[in-house]
Amino acid sequence: MNELRIENRSRREFLIAGAGLTLALCMPSAGAAAAGAGKLPGTFEPNAFVHIGTDNLVTVIVKHLEMGQGTYTGLPTLVAEELDAAWAQIRVEGAPADARRYNNLLMGTMQGTGGSTALANSFEQLRRAGATARAMLVAAAAQRWSVAVDGISVGQGVVRHAASGRKAGFGDLALAAAALPVPEQVSLKSPKDFVYIGKRVPRKDSKAKINGTAQFTQDVNLPGMLTALVAHPPRFGATLKSFDAARCKSVKGVVDAFAIPSGVAVLARDFWSAKKGRDALVIEWDESRAFRLGTREIVRQYQALLDQPGAVARNDGDAQGGLRTATKQVTADFSFPYLAHAAMEPLNCVIRLGADSCEIWNGEQFQTVDQGNIAAVLGLKPEQVKLNMLFAGGSFGRRACTHSDYLVEAAHIAKASAGRTPVKLVWTREDDMRAGYYRPLYLHRLTAGLDAQDKVTAWTHRIVGQSIIAGSPFEAFMVKDGVDHSSVEGAASLPYAIPGISVDLHSPKLDVPVLWWRSVGSTHTAFATEVFLDELAHAAGKDPLQMRRGLLAGHPRHLGVLELAAAKAGWDKPLAAGAAGEKRGRGIAVHESFHSFVAQVAEVTVRADGSFHVDRVVCAVDCGIAVNPDVIRAQMEGGIGFGLTAALYGEITFNEGRVEQSNYTDYPLLHIREMPRIEVHIVDSQAQPTGVGEPGVPVIAPAVANALFAATGRRLHKLPLRLT
Amino acid sequence: MLTLNVNGTRHQVDVDPDTPLLWVLRDTLRLTGTKYACGVAACGACTVHVNGAPMRSCTTPVSAVAGQRITTIEGLQSKVAKVVQAAWEKLDVVQCGYCQSGQIMSAVALLTSNARPSDKDIDDALDGNLCRCATYQRIRAAIHEAARNLG
Ligand code: FES
Ligand code: FES
Repeated sequence: MNELRIENRSRREFLIAGAGLTLALCMPSAGAAAAGAGKLPGTFEPNAFVHIGTDNLVTVIVKHLEMGQGTYTGLPTLVAEELDAAWAQIRVEGAPADARRYNNLLMGTMQGTGGSTALANSFEQLRRAGATARAMLVAAAAQRWSVAVDGISVGQGVVRHAASGRKAGFGDLALAAAALPVPEQVSLKSPKDFVYIGKRVPRKDSKAKINGTAQFTQDVNLPGMLTALVAHPPRFGATLKSFDAARCKSVKGVVDAFAIPSGVAVLARDFWSAKKGRDALVIEWDESRAFRLGTREIVRQYQALLDQPGAVARNDGDAQGGLRTATKQVTADFSFPYLAHAAMEPLNCVIRLGADSCEIWNGEQFQTVDQGNIAAVLGLKPEQVKLNMLFAGGSFGRRACTHSDYLVEAAHIAKASAGRTPVKLVWTREDDMRAGYYRPLYLHRLTAGLDAQDKVTAWTHRIVGQSIIAGSPFEAFMVKDGVDHSSVEGAASLPYAIPGISVDLHSPKLDVPVLWWRSVGSTHTAFATEVFLDELAHAAGKDPLQMRRGLLAGHPRHLGVLELAAAKAGWDKPLAAGAAGEKRGRGIAVHESFHSFVAQVAEVTVRADGSFHVDRVVCAVDCGIAVNPDVIRAQMEGGIGFGLTAALYGEITFNEGRVEQSNYTDYPLLHIREMPRIEVHIVDSQAQPTGVGEPGVPVIAPAVANALFAATGRRLHKLPLRLT
Repeated sequence: MLTLNVNGTRHQVDVDPDTPLLWVLRDTLRLTGTKYACGVAACGACTVHVNGAPMRSCTTPVSAVAGQRITTIEGLQSKVAKVVQAAWEKLDVVQCGYCQSGQIMSAVALLTSNARPSDKDIDDALDGNLCRCATYQRIRAAIHEAARNLG
């Protein structure tokens, strides 16, 4: 990680930031670092996170998107901790798009939210920002009171000098602090002194989200703004041949209709008029180069690839040799459908053009990528595109598209209408579900060999599915030797001690747009590896927990969550029987993703008709230092519910190139009655904090499938899980 | 011209009578707390109260509710509503928050007619309110908490 420097920007930013102390964290920019020694410190780029006003409010600028994961609570906690602020005086503001000031320290020069990195990359950065501000407030107090800094303490937003009984609020000291030099060194608290970290602090976004005032993109209203809907082609790769907008334009409220690269845009005074106008369009599409495969054909093509060796992702020992000499072989093919993100807030974007500028209102995960793509459409420089960061009503990876698809569409509409009015582009639920960017369809084949003592000696794992990364700016560092890391993560990193392991990959190219989906590769690799390991335990005649224990000796954190979940679930005690005609079962799974470790035990009841219910889930998580245990619990609960939707229902299918689903009616989400009772246990850890937004998701489907096996003796290899 | 009674205020609106109530609330009256997510009565994000009963505004033609008593999240005033919102805040139910106006409208309607709902009553009353973030466990807990506090 780059060295951090801090400078005081208060005087320079005084006018724009308002009265008070603004602290900037400075890091050598990539360019300066590359140029090496000889560069003056003055070339360093500043990067502001904390502002303390004379009104006693502390504003924390959050560089990450709040999409439900709690980052508007977690990141300010870090500042509040080292600043010794009162939680009530903390305000949160979303950062503008700015790669130099607000880059994700784990993503190089790009500003982005993803891979469960928000807290991990900010942990030291924001604590340092808080500690520096605190040191300056203390120095200002020492000066004003003519006392030594040692005698001064800070707690709950009050600076005190015990000996003289003097005290002051942050607001009182802000201006004096702003005039002081920034300390070279600050020390961070030792974990035993933490006041907030490790405890529950209430979410900063709760109130606005329960009284209807929280601003989502869908809620933005600018003077003169029009609503745009776009008619997209019915198949990927089809283009516009011609259209007749006469009837559309006669709909009351419709202002204009015109072609853009992604279809035909209709502009109207409100959503309903735009929708009626769009329905009245007569469009002819050129489908000569359109995608026309059905799910069945795709699966058939992929099945042929399962028989051929792919690009090697891992090759330990001699897996093939191990298979040949094995006394027992187990093999299974797994299949995973395309999945839509289906966030509750459909995609949308508000855009306003000015002379040589563009302003965007949106909740988005890849702020600076989007900024660049929008600028390219409009012939602007990236810094001429200003982003106003709003809450996103879910995203799960969808608002992290490297092609910025819906934002670019909004830019084209603004450009085609010559920027006459601000425009709110709205996708209907049907548009959102059909316009692509799915979790890819994958097939897996696993084969393992056991020796005469039922020890697993060989494990081969082949994966077939589209690459998410190919063709994106991440390709250069995430695709190596033909292996897209995101396709094999969780499989190539198999933790089990098996002498021969081989993992290989085919990444066929297909015209279906694909994208990361909450927990990415682990959405399929965790299921394949954890269900298959259960099969091996069964083949070896071992208890599934026992089997894992025996193979995880070198992985204490996997073992830690596994043992904790098993103990809390009462794995050693028999499961209570179900009612007459019902079968019950319990399953376990463990998986590492995004450097966090999660184990889950699921209990299911299978009814006589083959339908089933997940009754209880016991989840153990090790994510390093638990900054906010309640947010961690919430993310595990939500992750399990999200993963259960995929386990029970999630499936996007194609028929002659057309997406067959359109809305929650045929792409159902988990309902409240299907939500299991969830208990979350957090491993006490002093390791660096890691993410929690994604790691709860991948473990539930294999835990449930293993429980269904325990209940019925039937092994399911296909998602969604169906017993009937 | 239709007359709408929303949150205790009368509005004259000049819209087509078949326009869904949702879009009149959001685009005409600028009450954006009521959300659009599916448009086909499949998710509950657009739930409002009409004469106290929960209704999906996305499939309710505005002409069908002219003159009726419409309440949106912005107009919640009752004791039950305040207690429900306090429970939601205490338990930090929300994640992305997009579904939560609808969840709260359904919860308030439930507790207004049933002071001590069982888990099954909750599952039945909130069956149509989807949450992609799956905050369901806390929704259930918050409804029980509110019921306790309502005594
Ligand atoms: S938007 Fe009305 S039920 Fe979904
Ligand atoms: S809180 Fe995100 S959809 Fe319910």
